[in-house]
Amino acid sequence: MKRRNFLKASSILPLGIGGFGIKNLSATPFLASLGLKAATNDKILVLIQLSGGNDGINTIIPLDQYTNLSKARSNVLITESEVLKLTGTTKTGLHPAMTEVRSMYDNGLVNIVQSAGYPKPNFSHFRSTDIWHSGSDSDENWETGWLGRALNEEFPGYPTGYPTQDMPDPLALGIGTFSTVTQGPTNQMGIGVSNPATVYNLINGNTDTPPNSNYGKELTYIRLVNDQTNVYTQAIKAANDKGKNLSTKYPTGGRNNSLGEQLKIVARLINGGLKTKVYMVSIGGFDTHATQVDASDHKVGAHANLLKTLSDSIGAFQDDIQLLGLDDRVAGMTYSEFGRRIMSNLSGGTDHGAAAPMITFGKNVQGGILGNSPVIPDTVQIKDNLPMQFDMRQVYASAIKDWFGITGTKLTNVMGGKSFDILPIFKGSNVSIKDFEDIVSNIKIYEPFPNPAGDEVNLKFKTDGGTITISVFDPLGNLVKIAFRGRVASGEIVKSFSLAGLSSGNYFIQLAQGNSRVSSVIIKN
Amino acid sequence: MNRREFFTAASPKSEEVAELTQVKKVERRTATGISEYTGTWTKWEVKHLLSRALFGYTHADLTSYVGKTMSQSVTDLLNIDTTVPPLPTNDYSFNTPDPECAEDAVWVDKKNSKNFGRRMSLRNWWMKHMISDGTIREKMTLFWHNHFAAESNAIGDARIAYGYLAMIRKYCLGNFKDFTKDMTLDPGLLRYLNGYLNTNQAPDENYARELQELFTVGKGPGSGYTEDDVKAAARVLTGWRIDYSKNPPTSYFQSNRHDVDDKQFSSFYGSTVVAGKTGATAGADELDDMLDMIFAATETSKHIIRRLYTFFVYYEIDADTETNVIAPLAQIFRNNNYNIKPVIETLLKSEHFFDQANRGCIIKQPFDYMFGFAKSAYLNLPPETESNAALYIHEKYLNDICEASEQALLDPPSVAGWPAYYQVPSFHEIWVSSNTMPIRVSIMAQFITNGRTSQGYTVKMNVFDIAEKTSKPNDPNILVNECLDYFLSMPSTANLKASTKAFLLPGGLADFNWTNIWDTYKSNPGDAANTKTCKDLLTYMMYSILNLAEYQLH
Repeated sequence: MKRRNFLKASSILPLGIGGFGIKNLSATPFLASLGLKAATNDKILVLIQLSGGNDGINTIIPLDQYTNLSKARSNVLITESEVLKLTGTTKTGLHPAMTEVRSMYDNGLVNIVQSAGYPKPNFSHFRSTDIWHSGSDSDENWETGWLGRALNEEFPGYPTGYPTQDMPDPLALGIGTFSTVTQGPTNQMGIGVSNPATVYNLINGNTDTPPNSNYGKELTYIRLVNDQTNVYTQAIKAANDKGKNLSTKYPTGGRNNSLGEQLKIVARLINGGLKTKVYMVSIGGFDTHATQVDASDHKVGAHANLLKTLSDSIGAFQDDIQLLGLDDRVAGMTYSEFGRRIMSNLSGGTDHGAAAPMITFGKNVQGGILGNSPVIPDTVQIKDNLPMQFDMRQVYASAIKDWFGITGTKLTNVMGGKSFDILPIFKGSNVSIKDFEDIVSNIKIYEPFPNPAGDEVNLKFKTDGGTITISVFDPLGNLVKIAFRGRVASGEIVKSFSLAGLSSGNYFIQLAQGNSRVSSVIIKN
Repeated sequence: MNRREFFTAASPKSEEVAELTQVKKVERRTATGISEYTGTWTKWEVKHLLSRALFGYTHADLTSYVGKTMSQSVTDLLNIDTTVPPLPTNDYSFNTPDPECAEDAVWVDKKNSKNFGRRMSLRNWWMKHMISDGTIREKMTLFWHNHFAAESNAIGDARIAYGYLAMIRKYCLGNFKDFTKDMTLDPGLLRYLNGYLNTNQAPDENYARELQELFTVGKGPGSGYTEDDVKAAARVLTGWRIDYSKNPPTSYFQSNRHDVDDKQFSSFYGSTVVAGKTGATAGADELDDMLDMIFAATETSKHIIRRLYTFFVYYEIDADTETNVIAPLAQIFRNNNYNIKPVIETLLKSEHFFDQANRGCIIKQPFDYMFGFAKSAYLNLPPETESNAALYIHEKYLNDICEASEQALLDPPSVAGWPAYYQVPSFHEIWVSSNTMPIRVSIMAQFITNGRTSQGYTVKMNVFDIAEKTSKPNDPNILVNECLDYFLSMPSTANLKASTKAFLLPGGLADFNWTNIWDTYKSNPGDAANTKTCKDLLTYMMYSILNLAEYQLH
């Protein structure tokens, strides 16, 4: 019998979604010498997806808008006195279930970006998730994810030639989740597992016990081969065995509390030495159309339970990462496909909305709040949404540049050729949250007049001078008009502009200078 | 890589090995026999039958067979077309012309040339029959290819390789004794096992040994042929040659190279003497006499039945199976003068074949995995209207994947066929290893995501097609459950259904969300964003199924 060239043949096969082709580890020093270098730094990002559309204004509560809020969403609003206060601000508070995040905030470990979103919001869970994952404009269909593109810049050609000595581990690992966020230009850069102790199926993660039959026997065998022959499953298991958790704060409660379990696994794997750059975890159930709160007590109910799980899990994870001495390297970030409508509905819930806050946490974030409280109109229509203050792609670009250290044309490639202003989210950024707040505190916008207005409206505002933009957003959160863009002198100024052609209803007037934004509401007759 | 090497290489933890050993000890056998199966007849039984008898199945196949009786289903599968299909043509010379054969012309009757291209052309030709044929013909042909195994790269001349394949196709459900005689004299086997060099001056025992050890009586518990029997058989087989001047080459007998003395066989063969003969028909006559002797040994029938059992049912043959299945089928084989069809018919209609113990327990051989996927997933291989380059390259790619997965069509590793059908104790577990598992997984990823583009043509699975075949694609539960049921050989657990549905509705989103996406896709496919979302969700959902360990089994 002649020996076939099986290995030669197999090396021509391209790899796709799975991205977990097995290469002989002994070959890796050679590959490394060819220039497959490690990432520029050892930073790790943990993405926490709040699936279903989180009610941002019941999470990060704009206390300075409370009067109008109580008119618009009396069915779900938290009693003012029960909102958790944050050190250093009276404008913003947290949902009462979020005690852990509050204490992290007070210790400077939490950065909140107000009203993150994208122009022309989409209200489909899937489409909006797609936009959040890809980082495209809402009228573009991109096949790749923002982190997939970032990992592709840092580890070009993956998975061919990987694992290497410098990157022996999966680039991105989803714990119980797997999505397009890590889809690269030619390959999926991530893999998904549910339980690192019993990986078995790398995508689906199902670990049902095989039946006691010939079928079960062979199924067990294939799973064993899957586990034993995949270098990544071996690496994951090795890290899982070697790693430990030190925090005792993780919430318990099995599957329903799976976010804590997922983050616990992440901490253990990082501690176990896994060099994976990106972890993805998720918690579902945020699609709270009905009974998001208990009618008799709004601080309890479905949404409160979700936020408690979120807050307790983040708190435990940060505690763990700190005790394990890993907090210099690890940051976490939450996102959701959209926020929810300003107005609550009659079934004690809220419908699909637009912009919502993002929370970034860790030792190396700039603690504080970016942006103002979302402005709640005096009279809210059922369809009204919050306009975005920040493009979520600014947050992405900030993470890519200031956390992963990817700059220049690589950064531009990751952002799909578009340019986004960097936000003061991470320490070591060129921009600081202090400067940012200073600008904001020096900008003032007054109520437009007349209000309600006809086709003409006047806006009085005050700045330190410089280039400003005045934008008009419709009630759905769409940018409908750039009313003014140009340089202005310092001091109070009044600008007149036209609302002709806009249908009647609420509109948001937003004044932006640099990354600072202030808003006001106008009613068009 | 054998099992021992595999464990050494992968260094599993000791408890995992212990776990596996423990699993292997569990008694899972059954005492059912060859009585006709009378149980339920649903898609699960149909899939079991079609998986073992065909290379993959379609939704239409399932519907059609569920509508028949079990008996009628098996009868229909065995009702093969015995006509010779159009011969393979020159699809390989798009870069370098074949001086002996014009493009698109039949090459099997042209002069020897371009053997690599022709052999690949032959692989592609057979593969397309495997995917398209709706009867057991191609699976039986593969069984006999593995039985009378020959390597086309060792035979060299692709015309001879075609003749060899045509022979086993012709006899796939025919008379095994006639088959054995014709295979013995086939130029392919004469070449592969040195029969053409076997003369009265220098006997070559190669074919004589394999004829007994592998092709007929075997080396099972009831076999007892001796080394002297090998020598005697070699002498019977002297004098055969190949005439390469013919297109295609043929075999012929040259009497002056034949050993004319008597050949004495051992007591295992009843101390038979094959009388030496002279003249032009001496070789054929003595061969008939020897085959009469070999086929008088009941072990011949049992050996073939065990081979069939291992291929079609499972590899463990315990005392109950030997008594209740092997022995009675061997009796039927002998009673029917070694006609193959009645045996296969009885086996496939038996309660033993449909026994739950024998469902879903075969690890798909690469041809089942790849070609079965091509059929079941409606993979858009290039139509005949595409260029020869496109046809050849895309078809060869599927064969290359099989070859990389350690199963090369028309090139088994040795005369014993693929180890999965004889290597104790691993048998078909050999198919999955550190070498092959990543290939199996990544090829699904390729075909379901980007597809493979070459010669301006992209081969890619269409996830919408699969969804459309379900009874209610806008109902996520029906869609997911029917996709699982379609692709997997065994019913899914509630957990598996749930974890698969989570790819369609991430984050526990309510069912209507999927319904909206699907309905929008149907009413307005030009909504690019929605269509992309729909495609992505279907892709991940289906890939999560095709990636399961469960999908490796049938």
